[in-house]
Amino acid sequence: MNELNPSGWRPAMGASAPPDTIETFTGNRALQLEEALLFELGSPDRSGVDFDDIPDFDTALLGPNARKARLDLPGLSEPETVRHYTRLSRQNYAIDLGLFPLGSCTMKHNPRLDEKVARFPGFADVHPLQPVQTVQGALSAINELAVWLIELTGMHGVAMTPKAGAHGELCGLLCIRAALEAKGDPRAVILVPESAHGTNPATAAFAGYRVENIPATTDGRVDVDALKARLGPDVAGVMITNPNTCGLFESELKNIADAVHAIGGYVYCDGANFNAIVGRVRPGDLGVDAMHINLHKTFSTPHGGGGPGSGPVVLSEALSPFGPLPFTSRQADGSMKLIEEEQAHEEHPQAFGRMCAFHGQMGMFTRALTYILSHGADGLRQVSGDAVLNANYILRSLEDVLDAPFGAAGPCMHEALFSDDGFAEGFTTLDLAKGLIDEGYHPMTVYFPLVVHGAMLIEPTETESKAGLDQFIGAMRSLAERARAGDELLKSAPHLAPRRRLDETLAARKPKLVYKPA
Amino acid sequence: MTRYFTKDHEWIAVEGDEATVGITDYAQGQLGDITFVEVPGVGAEVGKGDAASVVDSVKAASDVYAPVSGTVTVVNDALEDQPELVNTDPEGEGWLWKMTLSDTAELDSLMDEASYQSFISGL
Repeated sequence: MNELNPSGWRPAMGASAPPDTIETFTGNRALQLEEALLFELGSPDRSGVDFDDIPDFDTALLGPNARKARLDLPGLSEPETVRHYTRLSRQNYAIDLGLFPLGSCTMKHNPRLDEKVARFPGFADVHPLQPVQTVQGALSAINELAVWLIELTGMHGVAMTPKAGAHGELCGLLCIRAALEAKGDPRAVILVPESAHGTNPATAAFAGYRVENIPATTDGRVDVDALKARLGPDVAGVMITNPNTCGLFESELKNIADAVHAIGGYVYCDGANFNAIVGRVRPGDLGVDAMHINLHKTFSTPHGGGGPGSGPVVLSEALSPFGPLPFTSRQADGSMKLIEEEQAHEEHPQAFGRMCAFHGQMGMFTRALTYILSHGADGLRQVSGDAVLNANYILRSLEDVLDAPFGAAGPCMHEALFSDDGFAEGFTTLDLAKGLIDEGYHPMTVYFPLVVHGAMLIEPTETESKAGLDQFIGAMRSLAERARAGDELLKSAPHLAPRRRLDETLAARKPKLVYKPA
Repeated sequence: MTRYFTKDHEWIAVEGDEATVGITDYAQGQLGDITFVEVPGVGAEVGKGDAASVVDSVKAASDVYAPVSGTVTVVNDALEDQPELVNTDPEGEGWLWKMTLSDTAELDSLMDEASYQSFISGL
C-alpha cells in the first residue's frame, strides 16, 4: 500500500496543535502582520532622502519661533515607509474587498472606467487659474454634468461648487436666505423632521436659523399634520430628506411643499438618498426648491474616510438667481465661459457669494459624468431599481429573525432598517455589529436613525449580486439567532480580528492624540 | 425640595426659585456610556424647551432641554473630567447645571416622580 510512487514527494505531517495555541517570535500570524507605529519603527539616523548639509544658520533670526528641542519625527527609508502603509492597508476593510453595508453612506462599487477617465491629463492636470481658453474641455465636462443633473432632477439651475453633502445643504439654505432677504422678508425658523439626516439641523443653525423639530409618525415618515400646524410667517423653510433616514419614501412631499409655498417658505430636500429614486422621480415635480446631490453616493465616486465628496445643489426657478459663483455657461459659438465676480453684475447679479475658492471637485465631476454617460438614462433607472430591490430582499429575508419596525408599512427604499427588539437580555446592536466583523464584513450603521431603538441600518446598494446578498443574509441570520439566544461568545466578539473588542468609551473619554515615547 | 420630570427625560429639583437640572436614570441608560458633557455658560438665559446642554455618548450626541425658563447660575465643572458621573449618579452628582427660575408657574406643566415612572414604563 502507498507504494505506487515510492520515489515521489509526499508531505510528512509532524506534530499539530490548535492554531490559537501557537506562539510566534514576531507576533505575526502568517500573513496577518503585527505592525508598530511609525514612531516606533523609525530612528533619527535614517531617512528616505539625501539632504545637503545644513549651512550655518543664525537661529536668532527666528526669534521666539526657534525650536529648542529636537523635533521627534520618525526617520524611515522609502521601503520601510511603503511596507508600513501596505501592511496597515491589509487590515482595512474596503468596498473592493466585499459588501459594505453601511446604511446612509451608499458604499457601492466605483467603476474602473470612471477612474480611467478622471486620470486623463486634460482633466487631471489642469489648474483652476489656467486661462479659460486652455481648459475648454474641462469646463465643457462640468457644464454637461450640470445639464444632466438639472434634467434628472427636473430643476431649473445648479450650483456645482459645493464640496460635499453638508456643504450643499449650506449652499441651499444660503440661497433660501438670499431669496427671502431680497423680498425684504427675512425669517427665523427652519423646520426639520426627525426623519431627516443628522446634518440638516446643524446646517440650519450654521446658516443662522432657529431649528424646530417635527416629529415622525409611527410608520417612520414626517408627521404632516404637525408640520402644517407649525407653518407660519416666521418659517423660512423645511428640510426634508427623501427618501428619509428610515429608508422610506416621503410620499407626502408634494403636499408638504404646496403648504410651505403657500406661506411663502421654501423646501430644501436632502438628496443624499437620490440613488434610490434616480430616473424614476424628479424632485422638481414634487415642489422642491433646492436639493444637493451627493455625487459620491448616487454617481459612485470614491468616498469614505472623510472624502473626497461633491455636493452640487440643484435649484428651482425661484432660487436659481441666488446660486453662488462661479458657474459655467455655453456661448452661442459653443465655447465655454466662466461666470465669476467680474461678470456677475451683468449676468448673475443676485448671487449670494461663493462656496469655495475655485470650481469644485473636478475629479468627482469627471467620474460622475463618466458614470452617467456609461450607464445612460436607462442604466440609471436600473441603478435605483436594483438598489431598492436589493434592500427589500434583505428586509424580507431577515424580518423573521430581526425586528423590522417599519416592515409592515410596505417596501423600503434603498436601505433596510432593523431594531434590537427581541434580543436576549443584555444583548445589544453593538454585539451583533461586532459579530459581523468576525464574519468578515464591515458592520452596518448602528444606533442611527435615532427614532429606532438599537437601530441597524443596512444599505446593500445595487452593486451586490444575489449570491453576495445571500451570504450576507446567512451571516446576519446566524448572528441574529445568537443575539436572541443570548450566546455569551457574541458579547465578547470580535474574536478573530487583529484586535478584540476595544474600550470605545475610554477612547472617547480620554483620547490619546499625541505620540509620547514610552 | 420638589423634583419634577420632563417628557425629554430631564429632571429639575426645585427649592424656592432656585433649581438643579440633570438627565434621568432612564435617559443615561438609553444613551449608554457618556463621553462628554457640554454644559451651558454661567449667566446664560434659557427659555423653557431650549437646548441648553449637549450630552455625548458612545451612541449619540443629544440635546438637553431646559425644563423651565431662567438663568444659569452654576454648572457642574466636575463633568469635564468625569462625564461618567452622569452614568453612575445621574440624579445626584451627575447634575448638569443650577438655575434661577423666571416663572415658577411653568413647573405645573412638568411631571412628578410617579407620573414620570408611569410615562417611561409605557415607552
